[in-house]
Amino acid sequence: MSGRARTVTRVTGAAALVTTALTVWLGLWVTPPAQIQGTLVRLLYLHPPVAWVALYCAFGLAALSSLLYLWRRTRSLFWDRLGASAVEVGVVFTALTLVTGSLWGRPTWGVWWTWTARLTSTALLLVLFLGYLALRRVPADPDVRARRCAVAALFAFVDVPIVTFSVDWWQTLHQRGTVLNPGLTLKVHGSMAWTLGLGFLAMTLVFVWMVLVRYRVEVLSDRIGDAQLEVSLSERWAEGPTVPAATGDAGPPGSDGDGSAGSPLPKPVAEPLGGRR
Amino acid sequence: MWRDALLVAGKDIRIELRSRVALWQVLPFAVLVLVLFGFALGPGPSALRTAAPGLYWLAVLFSTVLATQRSMAIESGEGTRDGLRLSGIDPAGVFLGKAAAVAVQLVAVQVLLGAGIVVLFDVHVETWWLALVASVLATVGLSAAGVLYGALSAGLRVRETLLPLLVLPIVAPVLIAGSRAWSAAVSGAVASGASWLKILGPFAAVYLAVGVALYGPLQETA
Repeated sequence: MSGRARTVTRVTGAAALVTTALTVWLGLWVTPPAQIQGTLVRLLYLHPPVAWVALYCAFGLAALSSLLYLWRRTRSLFWDRLGASAVEVGVVFTALTLVTGSLWGRPTWGVWWTWTARLTSTALLLVLFLGYLALRRVPADPDVRARRCAVAALFAFVDVPIVTFSVDWWQTLHQRGTVLNPGLTLKVHGSMAWTLGLGFLAMTLVFVWMVLVRYRVEVLSDRIGDAQLEVSLSERWAEGPTVPAATGDAGPPGSDGDGSAGSPLPKPVAEPLGGRR
Repeated sequence: MWRDALLVAGKDIRIELRSRVALWQVLPFAVLVLVLFGFALGPGPSALRTAAPGLYWLAVLFSTVLATQRSMAIESGEGTRDGLRLSGIDPAGVFLGKAAAVAVQLVAVQVLLGAGIVVLFDVHVETWWLALVASVLATVGLSAAGVLYGALSAGLRVRETLLPLLVLPIVAPVLIAGSRAWSAAVSGAVASGASWLKILGPFAAVYLAVGVALYGPLQETA
């Protein structure tokens, strides 16, 4: 990672920290309690921004990068890593959405969970992308894994509107959108609106920062994997031609004509493995 | 593409007819699920009758996972998948063919399950055409989505555990819409039942389209 990218990550992290701290301060001390909900309203400076990040930023980014990976002209491991990072952060935020919503729902609605449209579709979304992460953990060649995961992300993404529609037809307890309602008219006022807006900014910055860091981790772990491969390859080389096992298990069988003919040196083996970066 | 699809579907169905795996494993499994539901809910007929549409579709979903796994297991033999790939058959044709073969098996499962809930759960279906249309649309969607995910997890060592995790949340809309449509068909509320077909239809169309478009790239991976 270049120095500039590291600076961007640090600046984003600092901005995320400052805005989050400001949101906490405004939300807990400055803003007044709401007329009906009382002090419970303070949880709502966090819950919608977290949901916004999870449902739109994270999975939108994941779908976009999967599409760009599958399109031949823009195919690169960059999009694969970006998509995976976005999904991972998105799963965390989706879980947070459910937890914060549940904490708010218990005193407000009297139940931890109701089978309403939004809750059900969010929970399904969580399971869908947990499946993606499970698929990603299956060891495979980086290109194979990237293509498989991109396709899985798109399958899941296609499902999202259908899930939303199907569960939307149930009777719903959840309130309609406050900010993103059809007329796009704000139904929050004064310092509360400011705090909510700041909350959105803070959570988006946290998301960007987490994706940047996660992407870096992905790059580094790939690099470690390659380095380990090279180390063990050179160790095998150092063992010399007396060990017959060195020829068999590293390369694809039959990838060259003379390798199988009893030649003890695993010469062509390093080529296909080393060239995959 | 259509000719290829017919060829692949014919091959899969012929294998099923000869090996009898679907007949002796998938169909008994579906009936077993119904009986187990009966045990879980107790012998009272009213509880079973209300729950019957949902239980029916749940059993269909589980059978879909089995049928898909079986459909991919056919291709997991030594070099079978490479053979299919090298044969010059259009990937979209392979997808449609395999989906059609799974759909045929699901139809058999559903006929049996339908008889099962009528006999075991004492259900009377008022509006037959609604139940039938819902079943046809759901079968297309289920087999398309199932084959897609089957191809996705084909060749993986963990596929038995991974496939249900991937497929079942995806087909949740089919479970919801199918159960509602069948409830409506049982009670004769045609208008509310027909509106659920608006979920089943697009689901089938979307996954057929996605499959035709993405089955090619998916085959490269495996």
